[in-house]
Amino acid sequence: MPVSFFLVLAALLFSIGVYGVLARQHAVLVLLSIELMLNAVNINLVAFAAMFQQFGVQGQVFALFIIAVAAAEVGVGLAIVILIYRNRQSVDIDEMSLMKW
Amino acid sequence: MVSAMLAAQESVIATPGAIGQIIWLVPFLPFLAFFVILFFGKRFPDRGHALSIGAIGVGLALSLVAFIELAGGRASVEKSWTWFELGDGGLLLEFGMTLDFLTAVMFVVVCAISLLVQVYSTGYMHDDSRYTWFYAVISLFTSSMLFLVIANNLMQMFVGWEGVGVCSYFLIGHFWEETPNSSAAIKAFITTRIGDVGFLFGIFALVAIAGTFNIGELNHLAEEGEIGGTALTVAALLLFLGAVGKSAQFPLHVWLPDAMAGPTPVSALIHAATMVVAGIYLVARMFLLFEHAGAALDIVAIVAAITMLIAAVLALVQDDIKKVLAYSTISQLGYMMAALGVGAYTAAIFHLFTHAFFKALLFLGAGSLIHAVHSNNMSDMGGLRKYMPHTFRTFIIGSLALAGIFPFAGFFSKDEIVGEALRATSEGTQATAAFVLVAAVVTAFLTALYMTRACVKTFWGHYRGEGHPHESPGSMVTPLWVLAIGTMTVGFLGFPIIGPFNDWIFVPGEEHPGFSTTYNIILPVASVGIALLAGYIGWQIFRKDRWHVDVLGGPFAWSYRFVANKYYLDDLYLKGVVRPVQYTLARAAYWFNNHVLDAVVNGTATGTIAGSRFTYTVIDQHVVDFAVNGAAGLTGWSGGMLRYAQSGNVQRYAAVLFAAIAAFVGVLAFT
Repeated sequence: MPVSFFLVLAALLFSIGVYGVLARQHAVLVLLSIELMLNAVNINLVAFAAMFQQFGVQGQVFALFIIAVAAAEVGVGLAIVILIYRNRQSVDIDEMSLMKW
Repeated sequence: MVSAMLAAQESVIATPGAIGQIIWLVPFLPFLAFFVILFFGKRFPDRGHALSIGAIGVGLALSLVAFIELAGGRASVEKSWTWFELGDGGLLLEFGMTLDFLTAVMFVVVCAISLLVQVYSTGYMHDDSRYTWFYAVISLFTSSMLFLVIANNLMQMFVGWEGVGVCSYFLIGHFWEETPNSSAAIKAFITTRIGDVGFLFGIFALVAIAGTFNIGELNHLAEEGEIGGTALTVAALLLFLGAVGKSAQFPLHVWLPDAMAGPTPVSALIHAATMVVAGIYLVARMFLLFEHAGAALDIVAIVAAITMLIAAVLALVQDDIKKVLAYSTISQLGYMMAALGVGAYTAAIFHLFTHAFFKALLFLGAGSLIHAVHSNNMSDMGGLRKYMPHTFRTFIIGSLALAGIFPFAGFFSKDEIVGEALRATSEGTQATAAFVLVAAVVTAFLTALYMTRACVKTFWGHYRGEGHPHESPGSMVTPLWVLAIGTMTVGFLGFPIIGPFNDWIFVPGEEHPGFSTTYNIILPVASVGIALLAGYIGWQIFRKDRWHVDVLGGPFAWSYRFVANKYYLDDLYLKGVVRPVQYTLARAAYWFNNHVLDAVVNGTATGTIAGSRFTYTVIDQHVVDFAVNGAAGLTGWSGGMLRYAQSGNVQRYAAVLFAAIAAFVGVLAFT
């Protein structure tokens, strides 16, 4: 299979993630969309690692790192979301616009 | 200090002793003392005199060591450092020193008299309000005088020359609260300045014809005949004009009697023993040059002979005891100068040496009298020998020395001068020498006469002043006795034929004898006889009132008036020189001041105000303020505009972020 298939898949997945981050109102869905964008990057890394096998498994290792970091990141993000919910009884991202003039 | 500053290009002519290396300390220490006393003197518990006396005491010790080393056969020293050079390889201005017997003798005289006068002043000036300033200036004076003496070139000598002049001015005007005193200071300063201009032009003339400032080289060139003719005569006479001003020779002698307005110790130090002999010293230093400068030396002799005569006559009619001594000083300076004029170099320096002792003694004695009776006038004294025995005895010793009575100092030196003048009548310029000889003999007679008069009016008869006079304190009497012992002993240094002074001071380069090797016994007998005769006549006139000499009336009243008015010389100068200059020049200067200088000053002020106003209204208010306010306004406005971007909506920030990335990628992809 040509590598371009994987790249197109990754581009689609990334675009869906961007859309989710920019358009969704629910904070948890925004976090999920960020996961989509990260996984699109993972697909790219693995695809290129398979393509250039003579350089070893650096791409796969890097993808594993990203998965670990993404897990940590989403853990922090969900904790913030829960605290906001406790304070405001809402996780609508449009209402979280206090840090302005 | 200075040696470190100057390029260390030194030329040692002879092997000097250790003293030759540090002899510059002698003028330097009082110079240092001057600054310390000036700035910190008032904080000292003794108000500064100990430092001044200490500096000069060290100076005297060094001078004596130098003198003894020279007497022990050590070669004289000349050293110089380049100060600066005019032009490339052109005229060399040096900073140097000479240490020979002439320097050493002057050093001993200046340091010894200065030390004694300063000790004396601790008593005499005790209640003075400017005591510290007095000691500061005395130190500066001593330093300048020593600097003048040690100089090896004329320019450096001129610096010291002016230094002593300005100190003299300060000290004559020390009691400036009374107008006559400050006028006397100005008169002394300006009169000597006339001579100083001559001195300065003389230096220029010598540099023009010889191309060097160095005294030794100038003397050498004149001796070898490298320079000569009319130019050299004119240059020598210009130098002599400086000496005429400083040493109070006719016709510039008028400042010295007025200079008696200063404190009496100052009169003793500056106007009797040291500063006024600077002119003698100058002619002595340049003696070879004068000798080869045509008629210059004859003119010196004639001027000096006139000076000694007229001053001695004037001393006869003064009532102020200090003025008697002042005219006596002028007369004795005339003796020294006349001795130089007839070629009696050694005798002139010897008389300078002895005169410093007995004239300082007489002045300090007069100061002691004035201290006791609070008046300068002899008509307020009388009978003081009973009240002031020490002052009386020392003053009489000084008077005998001045009159030339054996065995006091003045006898030996005056006798040498008369002897040399007599010898010069048979060789050299005979008419000049004969004139000097006659003047010297007549002056010797007059000297004994006026000193008899002064002593009789002061110490005999009844006390005519107010209050009860009493002897001065020990700080004043001790210097009197030291000087009296000096007066009785120093004369023997110049004892005929065997005196060592003969081997010390002689015209450089010429084989001495300075004094005659043959001695005519008739001469001293005759001169002492003349002095004793004058003393006897004086005693008869002034004490016994025999012959009822009436100077105010009678056929000779006109001559008394003529002398009492100082030959009308002061009036001549006042009406002939001072007033015309004062009135025309002062008026012109006043007009210039009102019309030209004031216009310039006012115009400048008006222009400054207009310029300031323009700066304020236009530049400050409009340009500067516009820029400052504009910058602030622009910042505020742009901030107001930009705050709309801060919506707080995270998704809008993210949209901008992604749009920017998309644009960036697009630019990278399609270019």
